[in-house]
This record gives sequence, C-alpha cells and structure tokens, in this order.
Amino acid sequence: MTKPEIQAPFPGVFYRKSSPDAPVYVEEGQVVQVGDVIGLIEVMKQFVELKAEVSGTLLHFSVDNETVLEAGDVIATMEMNE
Amino acid sequence: MIRRLLIVNRGEIALRIVRAAQESGLVSIIAHSEADTDTLAVQRADEAVCIGPAQASKSYLNIPAIIEAAKACQADAVHPGYGFLSESADFARAVKEAGMVFIGPDAEIIARMGDKAMARQTAIEAGVPVVPGSPHAVKGLDDALAVVESVGFPLLIKAAAGGGGRGIRIAEDRDALGKQLPLAQAEAQASFGDGRVYLERFISSARHIEVQVLGDGKRAVHFFERECSLQRRRQKVFEEAPSSALDSATRKALCESAVALTEHVGYVGAGTLEYLFDDTTGEFFFIEMNTRIQVEHPVTEMITGVDLVREMIRLACGQALRMTQSDISLKGWAIEMRINAEDPERDFFPSPGTVKRLIWPAGPGIRIDSGLYEGYKMPPFYDSLVAKLIVWDEDRECALKRAGRALDEFQLEGFSTTASLHRRLVEDPQVKEGAIDTTFLERWLAEPASSHVHAKEVIDEQ
Repeated sequence: MTKPEIQAPFPGVFYRKSSPDAPVYVEEGQVVQVGDVIGLIEVMKQFVELKAEVSGTLLHFSVDNETVLEAGDVIATMEMNE
Repeated sequence: MIRRLLIVNRGEIALRIVRAAQESGLVSIIAHSEADTDTLAVQRADEAVCIGPAQASKSYLNIPAIIEAAKACQADAVHPGYGFLSESADFARAVKEAGMVFIGPDAEIIARMGDKAMARQTAIEAGVPVVPGSPHAVKGLDDALAVVESVGFPLLIKAAAGGGGRGIRIAEDRDALGKQLPLAQAEAQASFGDGRVYLERFISSARHIEVQVLGDGKRAVHFFERECSLQRRRQKVFEEAPSSALDSATRKALCESAVALTEHVGYVGAGTLEYLFDDTTGEFFFIEMNTRIQVEHPVTEMITGVDLVREMIRLACGQALRMTQSDISLKGWAIEMRINAEDPERDFFPSPGTVKRLIWPAGPGIRIDSGLYEGYKMPPFYDSLVAKLIVWDEDRECALKRAGRALDEFQLEGFSTTASLHRRLVEDPQVKEGAIDTTFLERWLAEPASSHVHAKEVIDEQ
C-alpha cells in the first residue's frame, strides 16, 4: 500500500476548519475522496482550499491548525485503498 | 509638539511615514509583528518595537498590545497608516486616552464618516450630492418599495457596515428586490453584526473619482482629484491625477463640494472623499469618506508638490493649515501603478517569495514607494502590495509613455508581480484615450490577450 503525502503547494497559514467555531474538515482516520476539502491555506489575505488529490484514508496530520507553512511542507499522510 | 512617533503599520506605507517623521525632526519608531523584523521600514526607522505574532489580529490589530508598546517606548504620537486600525474609532480613542496624539481625526469623526448611512446623511446636510437612494436604512419590503419611486431600478442593496465592495447586492426589479432584501439583511447581520441596509441607484457606467482634502478643524482645502477607475474585484490597481473625465467647471464644483463637507464636520487631518462620476450625465455623487492617508496619495503629491504625510502630522498636533486654496495648484499628470506580488497569468494568485534581483527604474519624474530590497523574503501573512511605481510628466500622454519606460527599466526576480499587467495597460488604446470606467479592467482581463496591443509588439515596431 502506498502512503502519499499531502504537501503545501505554496507558503501560508494552514487551517483545518473553515472558521474558529466550525468543525474540522477531516478527522484523522477518515476516508476522503478526490476533491474533498482537507483544509485551507491563507496566503496574502486569500483563502485557498486544499483538496485531496487521491482517494483513501487520511492517516494523520503532520501540522496543527494555524501552522505557518513553507511550500513543500508535509501537511498530512494518506493511505490509498487498494 | 510631539517628539516620538510610533508607526503602527508595515510595508511601503510604514517606510513612507518613517521618511516623513525623519524630515519633520521626529524620532520614528516602527511597531511590527514577529514576521516583520527584517523589513526596510524597521531598518530605516530610528527604533522598532515588536507588538506580537505574525497574524495581524494578534499584532497590527491588537489595540491593548499596541498601547502598551507605545507607552513602553515613550511615544507621544501614533500614526496608523492605511488599512489595519487606521479607521478604527476605538483605536483612535484608546490612543488619546493613553495621553498620545492620534495622527488622524477624532474618534467621533471616524465613527461618523465610517458609517455609510451617517456619512451620507452628513453629506446631504452639507449640500453635497449623493447617489439617489433611501434616506435611512430600510426595514421591510414596504419601506423599500416606498423609496423605489425616487431611486429607480436597477438598484443596489448595501450593508450600512459593509466596505471594500463587501455586502452589496443588485436588484433589477421589484421581484428581485423582494427576494434579495431579506437575504441582504441576514447577510449583513452575519458578516458585520449589523443588519441595516440601504438602497441606492445603480449607475452602470461610473468612474471612481476621489478628492484629497486637508482640514484643521476650522478650514479645509482640497488637492484636486484622483481617478481610480481601474479596479479588479473592487480593488484599485492603477490610479492617476487629475482625472481625464472632468472639465474645469466640473472639477471646481466637485472639489468645492469636498471642501464644504470637510468643513461641515470640522475635519482635522488628511481625508479623501470618494465619488461616483456618471460619464453619461456628467453628474457626481458622494459615496464615502476615508479618514486616513490613502495608498494612492503619491499621485496627488506629484501634481501639487505638497507632502501630505508631513502635513497630516502637523495638523494632528493642532497646528493650523499652512496654505489657502489659492496656494495649491495642479501641475502636470501623475500615474501610480500598484505592483502586487500576484501572478496575472494565474488569475492573480498570490506569489510570495524572496527578492533575488532588483533594479528600480530611475530618471526624471519617477518615484518608488516600496519596502523591497534584494534578499528580502516576503511573509505570506499580509497584503500583496509590494511597491508603488509612480510617474509624473507634463501631460497624460507623456505620463503614460514615461510609465512604459519606467516599467521597461524595472527588473525584479524571485516572484511574479502585476508589473506585466501595467506594461500592457499603458499601451492599450482605450486606456490611452481615458475611456475607462470601474468595470473596464475586469472586462479587459476577460478578453483574450491577443486582442490587446502587446508591449512587446510595440517595442518591435519602434
């Protein structure tokens, strides 16, 4: 089984939820489909949705909510369902 | 008189205020976030103080932290720049209560002019034309329909607490109004915590023209107009002064109305009155007042020769205006191009990065307001404006040519910017003719680039 990593495509602040009071988009261990929103990245006052590029189980997040990311930083690890 | 000025801002405007402070004989102190320790403003200022973490809510918008820092560094005045807390009545009040001078008008004036419905009512009292609309916030549909008689369709439903293009809906007819009104009210309540909305006529082809003023509480003067019609998503991209749309009689009437409103409220400091100008009828309508220095203030400085930031510091300290209206004259033409760290080829996606190589344009009539330097790494937390390229020349045609020349000299490696957009804009036949309105740029961007005159082709032809 492959374990693809989800990386930050550009620098910014990572959010796991749409607003401070909202539930997280995805819990660790949850199954996601291609295109599901995993989190938001705020860059220069714009919020960009980070979407799953593969379907599978999101095993764990490597970064917390509101973490400052550089491009290429690993955000989460997936496990693809064969 | 004050001695120590705390500047609570970042980027090019922080540096702009440092320069004005130093020329005014003041000690300049930059209040900055943890992400901004290496900015040019911090390097050039006499002192710097960190006010909190990178996120603006914890630093540049954190009033208690700023007041504490101001006291700790023994500041006796605070300049808010633009954006952030520059139009916060609470901040202006907190600065004053802490015994310091706020470089801007009183909290009461900020609150009054910051509320669109109150600003509009104030303008009506001062005899300044406003866009035909509801005299007060509308409650239900019956209330709205009573106003429609004088406003007409299509109309805008605007949130009283909205701004920057947020909280606005368009209704084409009665049915649309019936559907949109409750939605607009609910949206305003959710977005701004204030459900009040009002109606106004929608002018389909409007120019955005604004008048720069200074007031000392008793008297006010204007510094002519700026035209800021070239906008994308209601954000200004390219500004000029004066406007090519006004004849001298209209200019006089417009600027005098701005002075009348400024004097009516006993305004102190620098302010800008924004108007919509209806190209088809030649009418102008006041829409709002910004009670701060604006991003595009340099074009006004270029055509009048007055340093607006130095003047606003003097005025906030209680000094009287140093000039009368007849001392202020308009000379030549100025253009400001906003250089944003955005990629025009990728729908203006933000492109933060590190400045690898930088060569500014120079020579006659060029002014650069920017915090960039080689090696500077731009943090991803803030606005994408990284430089303002301002040019002055004898007339509009010459200024556009000079703008093209300046853009050709400008070299920046490390990330994409909107400079390439400006290079194309200054060659566009419609821009050259001044045939622009607030919808022009978005329509122009939606057209295939092949239908525009490319800068490269123009160079090749020469």
